[in-house]
Amino acid sequence: MTDKALSIDHVFKDRGKTRVLDDITLSLAPGQRVALLGHNGAGKSTLIKSILGLTPIQCGAIRIGDATPGSAQARRETAYLPEAVSFHPALTGREQLTLFAQLSGAKADVPGLLERVGLSDALDRRIGTYSKGMRQRLGLAQVLLGQPKVALLDEPTSGLDPISRQDLYAIIDELAAQGTAVLIASHALTEVEARTDRIAIMRKGRMVADDTLNNLSALAGLPIRLKVRASANAEALAAELGGNRINGASVELLCSPDDKMEALRRIAGLGDAVADVEMTPPKLEDLYRHYAQEERL
Amino acid sequence: MTRFLAITRTEMLILRRNRWLLVATLIMVLFALALTFAGSAPTGTLGVDMLTVSVASMTTLSVYLAPLLALMIAFDAIAGDVDRGSLSLLLSYPAGRGEILLGKFTAHLAALAFAMTIGFGTAGAVAAFFGGAGPESLMALVRLILTSILLGAVFLALGYLLSALAKGATAAAGMSAGLWLVFVVLYDLGLLGAVVMDKGGTFTQSVFPWVMVANPADAFRLWNIAATEGVAMASGMTGAAQALPNWAAPASLLIWPVLGFALARLAFRRVEP
Repeated sequence: MTDKALSIDHVFKDRGKTRVLDDITLSLAPGQRVALLGHNGAGKSTLIKSILGLTPIQCGAIRIGDATPGSAQARRETAYLPEAVSFHPALTGREQLTLFAQLSGAKADVPGLLERVGLSDALDRRIGTYSKGMRQRLGLAQVLLGQPKVALLDEPTSGLDPISRQDLYAIIDELAAQGTAVLIASHALTEVEARTDRIAIMRKGRMVADDTLNNLSALAGLPIRLKVRASANAEALAAELGGNRINGASVELLCSPDDKMEALRRIAGLGDAVADVEMTPPKLEDLYRHYAQEERL
Repeated sequence: MTRFLAITRTEMLILRRNRWLLVATLIMVLFALALTFAGSAPTGTLGVDMLTVSVASMTTLSVYLAPLLALMIAFDAIAGDVDRGSLSLLLSYPAGRGEILLGKFTAHLAALAFAMTIGFGTAGAVAAFFGGAGPESLMALVRLILTSILLGAVFLALGYLLSALAKGATAAAGMSAGLWLVFVVLYDLGLLGAVVMDKGGTFTQSVFPWVMVANPADAFRLWNIAATEGVAMASGMTGAAQALPNWAAPASLLIWPVLGFALARLAFRRVEP
């Protein structure tokens, strides 16, 4: 027995001459929510498909609990939501979900699950008449079947309106609370910020970051932005603090997390000359840009 | 084992829902009735009942229609799911690829069997009512229905094979049309050409019948013709049937579905959704 719900260990995969997965190592504990970020073509979907055993890997090992990808046990214990999922248009939502329930072998309350994702009105309508968001919800309903050990969600927010995104994250929290490890591949950076325990970033098949948001910020050493508003003379304030004037009345300073308190003390020392201070820590988007775009050798 | 039945149930639902079953049955009934009435003229001269003549005409019809209807359902079976992006999801469930294929095959074969039985059955009943039938002609009708279902099974399996090999549903449809043309039309034309060139030599005497029976569509024709004297007379095609042992045509028609399914299973294994 291992205590990891999912462990990926030094995985390599080549497709033709390009290396699509390059020494990927990642593990998820039960109940953990991990965001997998990266550009299109960074290898997120390929990684998910190799976890499912749908595409072979050249080297390395993947384990779902104790099971190998694609084995009967692994397939019982994983739930998957494909990117932009689609179903046969002639079936109704109820019929499609009933099929999945029978295939998974789980006893399932199909109408209850469809109500959970907000599809109770469309239960007996053909999937052909569903909107993209409704198909996505149906896809989400089948993730909730059984009690999967690992849930792999590929771009789960695509096509969802803001309110259904809230629902989606409520469902992810619910999954995590029942002990399912959830891996969410996503572009929607600002949402995963608050909603996940860890963030992994992929670039060109490599895992360039895998840590909590706070640790990643510290590691990246991205500057904190201080915006100081002068009460009278911004020119003098800029000269005093050494920052840039950004408009008639304000000065902008960039400082590292370590120098933050020192800078604040200096600003406080200026007394009446300062009317207001605004502090902005680095956002996930800055971090993402730092890790995913920067060409590091 | 119940998992493949879940797939079967869903596939049947789809065939009923998208009217495939209705349209296929209607096509079978209409063509079978039309041929029965149009082909009823030679009854008197040949001295056989109307059902026998009707079965002979419907045998020719089935050679074209059974493969066509089978390929029409089968081409979408794998490629369609790949196109929709639902195959990866289906394969993430515990059902194995063999179970998925078997589930689809069972449903599709049941639908074909339904269309064949209703179509040929209706035409047979009409022929028997107007022109009489005997035990032998009734047997011929039952044989026609059963062998048509077997012929359908061959082309379902070959359709899955193409569906697994093709890059998408559109390509699979095109390849299926090509396959139909080769097996049902071009193969016979080629053989005909070879026989004419050979001018009754050793090829025509000993090789030709075996090459012919290797094609499931021809094996189907030979089986139906060889088994009933009346049908053979009505179709005017006895030469090739007499040159072969009795088991040759049934063996070909029984081996093909198994072979085709095994090939489709192998090709499906290599599909990466």
